[in-house]
Amino acid sequence: MSVRPNTRPAGQKPPFWRDRAKRALIFQLLLTAAVAAFLLYIVGNVQDNLSARGITTGFGFLSNTAGFGIVQSLIDYSSRDTYGRTFLVGLLNTLLVGGFGVLAATTIGFIVGIARLSPNWLLARLATAYIETFRNIPLLLQIFFWYFAVLRALPSARDSLSFGEVLFLNVRGLYLPEPLFESGFGLIPVTFLVAIVASVILVIWNRRRHEATGKRLPAIWISLALIFGLPLLVLLATGVPVTWDVPELRGFNFRGGFTIIPEFLALWLALSIYTAAFIAEIVRSGIQAISHGQTEAAQALSLPRNLVLRLVVIPQALRVIIPPLTSQYLNLIKNSSLATAIGYPDLVSVFAGTTLNQTGQAIEVIAMTMAVYLTISLLVSMFMNWFNARVALVER
Amino acid sequence: MIHNQTMINQRPAPTNTIGPLAWLRANLFSGPINTLFTLIGLYVLYLLVVPTIQWAFINADWTGTTREDCSREGACWVFVKARFSQFMYGLYPRDEVWRANIVFAGFFALIAWLAIPRMPFKRWVAVLALVGFPVAAYVLLHGGYFDLPRVPTHRWGGLMLTLLLASVGMIGALPIGIVLALGRRSNMPIVKSFCVIFIEFWRGVPLITVLFMASVMLPLFLPSGISVDRLVRALIGLTLFQSAYMAEVIRGGLQAIPKGQEEAAAALGMTYWKRMGLIVMPQALKMMIPGIVNTFISLFKDTTLVMIIGLFDLLGIVQAALSDSNWLGFSIEGYVFAAFVFWIFCFSMSRYSQYLERKLNTGHKH
Repeated sequence: MSVRPNTRPAGQKPPFWRDRAKRALIFQLLLTAAVAAFLLYIVGNVQDNLSARGITTGFGFLSNTAGFGIVQSLIDYSSRDTYGRTFLVGLLNTLLVGGFGVLAATTIGFIVGIARLSPNWLLARLATAYIETFRNIPLLLQIFFWYFAVLRALPSARDSLSFGEVLFLNVRGLYLPEPLFESGFGLIPVTFLVAIVASVILVIWNRRRHEATGKRLPAIWISLALIFGLPLLVLLATGVPVTWDVPELRGFNFRGGFTIIPEFLALWLALSIYTAAFIAEIVRSGIQAISHGQTEAAQALSLPRNLVLRLVVIPQALRVIIPPLTSQYLNLIKNSSLATAIGYPDLVSVFAGTTLNQTGQAIEVIAMTMAVYLTISLLVSMFMNWFNARVALVER
Repeated sequence: MIHNQTMINQRPAPTNTIGPLAWLRANLFSGPINTLFTLIGLYVLYLLVVPTIQWAFINADWTGTTREDCSREGACWVFVKARFSQFMYGLYPRDEVWRANIVFAGFFALIAWLAIPRMPFKRWVAVLALVGFPVAAYVLLHGGYFDLPRVPTHRWGGLMLTLLLASVGMIGALPIGIVLALGRRSNMPIVKSFCVIFIEFWRGVPLITVLFMASVMLPLFLPSGISVDRLVRALIGLTLFQSAYMAEVIRGGLQAIPKGQEEAAAALGMTYWKRMGLIVMPQALKMMIPGIVNTFISLFKDTTLVMIIGLFDLLGIVQAALSDSNWLGFSIEGYVFAAFVFWIFCFSMSRYSQYLERKLNTGHKH
């Protein structure tokens, strides 16, 4: 430990403030004490303030009647339900817009990112313009633009924009025909599941056979045919037990069909377009990170072009793409909380907004809301870490 | 042996490989699929660009003061003109706007000084920008000193407030971020876990819940009787949120410095703070600048969220102006203007960070 010329008598230990381990221990104890004192101070203040305002703490309010309606809900909800149920409704709405946003953003992002690398000059420039425009404008501004300037400016129900007399778009939202399933329809999801299981078995068997004998079937195409063809066959064989409930204009509004509220549309569009600009950049840099020598080496082994992409370029590019892609997905889900600005009933809007205002239980409500986002973040990053470990480079 | 007589004269390259036609063929029409893409691209461009130019320039109304001056065929920029000073300064009193202008001028002068590589005395200017200027700006904007009338913070707004929120958030987050990043790389388990929990907590929650927390819960955390200004509450929330992201950028920069640097400094008998302050940080900070600029861009865009807790930043004031009954129906103009301002700032900053990245890259290739 000591580097200096030893001036101490032999056998005597250095003073404790010169010993790195002891110093670290003391410092950490002091830090812990400081943090604990700070937390106690805050807790004390909170208790004083709450008792001064006559607010009781605890989660009992979750079983009180909410008394307000929610415009979109995936589960049955009415204003007679409890605050606990509003939490659930908000959470499901957040997950809904997050899930659809991730799908759309990934699709647009990959298309734009690949287009940016296109040999076609015009296409590459258009993709660049898309990226530079949308990622440099605040998301909230884009949400406002889509909501107030586009969707709120649409005509009223009587003058709706009609697409083939089945889709209608007006200021109240997008009206779609809704499938109504008749008695024999239960067979089709069952067939669908069976087809998926069969495809998984086929893919595994095909991989084993390929490794053992070198022979392979076009398993992907066969499974696609199974998954989509088999239910279709059953559908036709049972005489198409589905009727479509097409929305119809009655009086001042549409009846029937399925409605997507404009708040959802605006939020979904803005989130997807904004995040797609970032994903496109990630995809571009991921593909560019793979050196051209990899492609050339694969071609030298006379792999066909589709296999060069599938077996050489894409697996390596994915390794670069996935970590930043994960953080974009998380950003998208966190950004969906901007819903509160246009009144889409997501978790923050319904729970940290209306419920908080009605009950005044600020600490419980904000803690629950933050806990949800933290849990989603942790789950997604755990899944992505697992996936990342699977595709990571195995160095020998 | 070369026989000059038998040398064939140099010939120009074949005409089909040079010139604009060849460029077109190579880059736009090199095959049937490529040609199809080009045609689709041209059509999309036509659909987007022609109506936009007609709306924004050809049919637009530029002169006048009221909505009657707008023909409503194109954009009504009269609206933006009439509201321009609000969009810049919020509800700042008209007679005191010169103070905001001085702060704007000082702000941009300092930024330009720091951003242009040739300018001298970078270190002193940086100290001025990080320490002296914020104090001066506060005195000027808030008033109450030197016979300047007080302007309460709820009258601050517009682009001024946006820049203020972003800069204060940034300047406040930098030291906290450095401490957190050093703590996260520390060998002391308790220090490390505190820092990890702090960073991951702020990074895991959306900014809007942080702002809600700052505006609703902060008054509960303080002893009763102490009230904190709404702007200050937003700033505290923004700073804590930003410091977690800043810490991760700084950690990335620290990791890029080879371990040998710190070991060599330790071998010379330097203490921890000397090793960090004199050896590791100066090298790492230089490499972090692009990352810091990038987090600044996202902070700049995120400041728009403060309108949800009732502050009138640029977007907030535009949104408020749109609901003015004298100017109903000009939302597109308002949003396009705000988007344009944000875009100019963010785009130039991202270009600057790309330029820095290229510049720093060449210096660090071994």
